[in-house]
Amino acid sequence: MDFLRPASWEEALAAKAEHPTAVPIAGGTDVMVEINFDHRRPEYLLDLNRISELQDWHVGEETVQLGASVPYTKIMENLRTELPGLALASHTVASPQIRNRGGVGGNLGTASPAGDAHPALLAADCEVEVESQARGSRLIPIDAFYTGVKRNALEADELIKSVHIKKADGPQQYSKVGTRNAMVIAVCAFGIALHPETRTVRTGIGSAAPTPIRAKAAEEFLNSALEEGGFWDNGKIITPSIAKQFAELCSGAANPIDDVRGTASYRKHAVGIMARRTLGWTWESYRSGKGRGAEGVA
Amino acid sequence: MRVNFTVNGRQQEADDVWEGESLLYVLRERMGLPGSKNACEQGECGSCTVRLDGVPVCSCLVAAGQAEGREVVTVEGLAGFAKQRAEHGGCASGACGSEGGTSLQAAQQWSAKGTDSQTGEGTELSPVQQAFIDAGAVQCGFCTPGLLVAADELLERNESPSDADIREALSGNLCRCTGYEKILDAVRLAAARQGEAV
Repeated sequence: MDFLRPASWEEALAAKAEHPTAVPIAGGTDVMVEINFDHRRPEYLLDLNRISELQDWHVGEETVQLGASVPYTKIMENLRTELPGLALASHTVASPQIRNRGGVGGNLGTASPAGDAHPALLAADCEVEVESQARGSRLIPIDAFYTGVKRNALEADELIKSVHIKKADGPQQYSKVGTRNAMVIAVCAFGIALHPETRTVRTGIGSAAPTPIRAKAAEEFLNSALEEGGFWDNGKIITPSIAKQFAELCSGAANPIDDVRGTASYRKHAVGIMARRTLGWTWESYRSGKGRGAEGVA
Repeated sequence: MRVNFTVNGRQQEADDVWEGESLLYVLRERMGLPGSKNACEQGECGSCTVRLDGVPVCSCLVAAGQAEGREVVTVEGLAGFAKQRAEHGGCASGACGSEGGTSLQAAQQWSAKGTDSQTGEGTELSPVQQAFIDAGAVQCGFCTPGLLVAADELLERNESPSDADIREALSGNLCRCTGYEKILDAVRLAAARQGEAV
């Protein structure tokens, strides 16, 4: 095994181009487990810790450019306003020690359906910026990023640089089922983001299909139901029948398996419950925000 | 490969390090510092917790090469680290001043036995270590080093943590004896003493 320690992003791309089998390691919270347990013996380890721009984030007009190695702790501490869903998801990652090391780049690189960040990224909407020495950088829409169980759209010579995440324009929520709060791999997880500017709702489901997914049929149903009822304008409580239908469609989008953490039927059930609850929380928050806004105008 | 990094305030060097080796293995097997415990090797238990540039991490998940040029504090250096922090204030790296820190030899020989018959007496302990002894927070002791490092870091950034803060900060450290109540007592005790001292 060789340990490659590029001091800059350019050096890292050159190393990845020269050694496409090199395994990138940043926080190490996935890679080191596999090495410690002898599940993986990569020829090259590509250490990304010395590349400072991967640890940075920039808050722009419409998006947050989040470096691939920004630890979850930093997301929780600094980006709660811009990325509320991801901040909530970050807080459910393992433990403080793990959150101090792990970042979104690792979740995307591993592309496990159980990665905690995925449902929040899907709901918020984002693009993953990847780069290779040969072809430069490109942006992969999150909807096209997950290609299979622990597979993503990355080419062998590419590295994940950052994620361009839409800044929240409305309330976001995240929910995760596990046996306890800390140190839990999700039995299943659900993220939701209201986008009042476009009058749409986006969702993300984790650990309940071969890849992280959106519940698109549920989103379409809810978008038209909210539109028809004038809910975005009148801010009324979403009727129980709409919430129920939304939950059932989310549950139906899931395609889970039985495993040690839970059964497929439990996961489908739990996704529906989380969908209904998180919709209620976000909508309540949207309504109260609207109320305050109106008072301010008056 | 060779790896150089600061351990408990002193520059150290490890040779013949395998590229896939963890920081934990280097500390225990190459530097003779077995205070950080090796249990789950997957970041679940927190018994290998050390400070890496001041940040609590599981040393089993840090590749040795990633520690190159960085500063590590282990439980063996916790007493010296806490003392230096108290004297110089706010140094989170453990490397304030060239004379500071704990030598490898001193760290290897570190023991809570001390010179008196009473555990901990006559030995230099960090406040959080003393509190663990006084509160009876040590049972089999295997989780203790990781808990001490995590608890010390909590008290460094939060002078009077709530119970929820303590639970959160220690949520990555498992105790299989399930002595959590006494551990919480110990952290409360250390926080109270810290408050009195100010």
